[in-house]
Amino acid sequence: MNLFRNVVFIAAIAGLVAGVVLACMQAYATVPLILKAEVYEQAEGGHSHDHAAAPATPTGAASGTAMSSAPPAANSMSAATPAPAVAAAPAEDEGWAPADGFERFAFNVVSNVVTGIGFALILVAVSEFAGGIGNWRQGVFWGLAGFAVFTLAPGLGLPPELPAMPAADLTQRQIWWVATVIATAIGLGLIAFRKSLPLAILAVALIVAPHIVGAPQPDSFETPIPEGLHHQFVVAVTLTNLVFWLVLGAVVGVVRGRFTGTATSLRDSFA
Amino acid sequence: MNTASISLGASVSSQSRFMQLALAALLGTFIIGFVGFSHIDAVHNAGHDNRHSMAFPCH
Repeated sequence: MNLFRNVVFIAAIAGLVAGVVLACMQAYATVPLILKAEVYEQAEGGHSHDHAAAPATPTGAASGTAMSSAPPAANSMSAATPAPAVAAAPAEDEGWAPADGFERFAFNVVSNVVTGIGFALILVAVSEFAGGIGNWRQGVFWGLAGFAVFTLAPGLGLPPELPAMPAADLTQRQIWWVATVIATAIGLGLIAFRKSLPLAILAVALIVAPHIVGAPQPDSFETPIPEGLHHQFVVAVTLTNLVFWLVLGAVVGVVRGRFTGTATSLRDSFA
Repeated sequence: MNTASISLGASVSSQSRFMQLALAALLGTFIIGFVGFSHIDAVHNAGHDNRHSMAFPCH
């Protein structure tokens, strides 16, 4: 299990570095927008984290003020909490959640690092099949591919969403997300590593197909979240993920180069 | 750790190489699945900001 151990070791270092970088970027770029959205969410009537129920509540006579159609519990809640942003975990069957402030930030760092290690494992394993990432520059290209596969492609159909935004059934969206990621990854792989026109055409078809099928959409797009806030969030998420993937790929290249001692094995590479 | 070979663990057979890389990718997939896709409330809440900021399907 020598190879497996090396892959895990490289992925752990790269995931740690990229995850910490991502968490720092999120603290400035995305988390403040999430907190703003939570103010709207709580004003609308509680933290609606349950899966399919999101579009059901505000569809009725909610013209202008969504408050009117909210259940009575919402009124008491908004009256009781003058500053909803500072309010701790919402009371309704939400289960445990980290307290706002440092605890929430710390959990965010941990989940970013864990996510980073997970993505790094996939990146290192797949790139080893293709000859391995020889240096930081090749890593940047692999990072771009990862960004395209895991952020851009699924983000086209399912844009990054803020709390309180309507969405279709969670499981269906997850299935579409996974299918899109797999199709895009195979497509990019065919383009990069097979020198055949029919396969390239197949690759394009694979990349386009999930978007022709279409991502699951909510019944209603009505939301208390302002359009501008959501747009800002989409831009912030896309850019922070771009930097995350570039750092992840580059660090894998550097660490792997130190492992192998030869940063110049350019065979099988396209960088 | 200090294998002085060109690729990582070049000494292993190609079949074992495939298995080990596949295992690593599988481990990564499980980790992403747990952090980003788990329906368990506590896991969701712990990684809430991360899930939104990674644009994982959420809620």
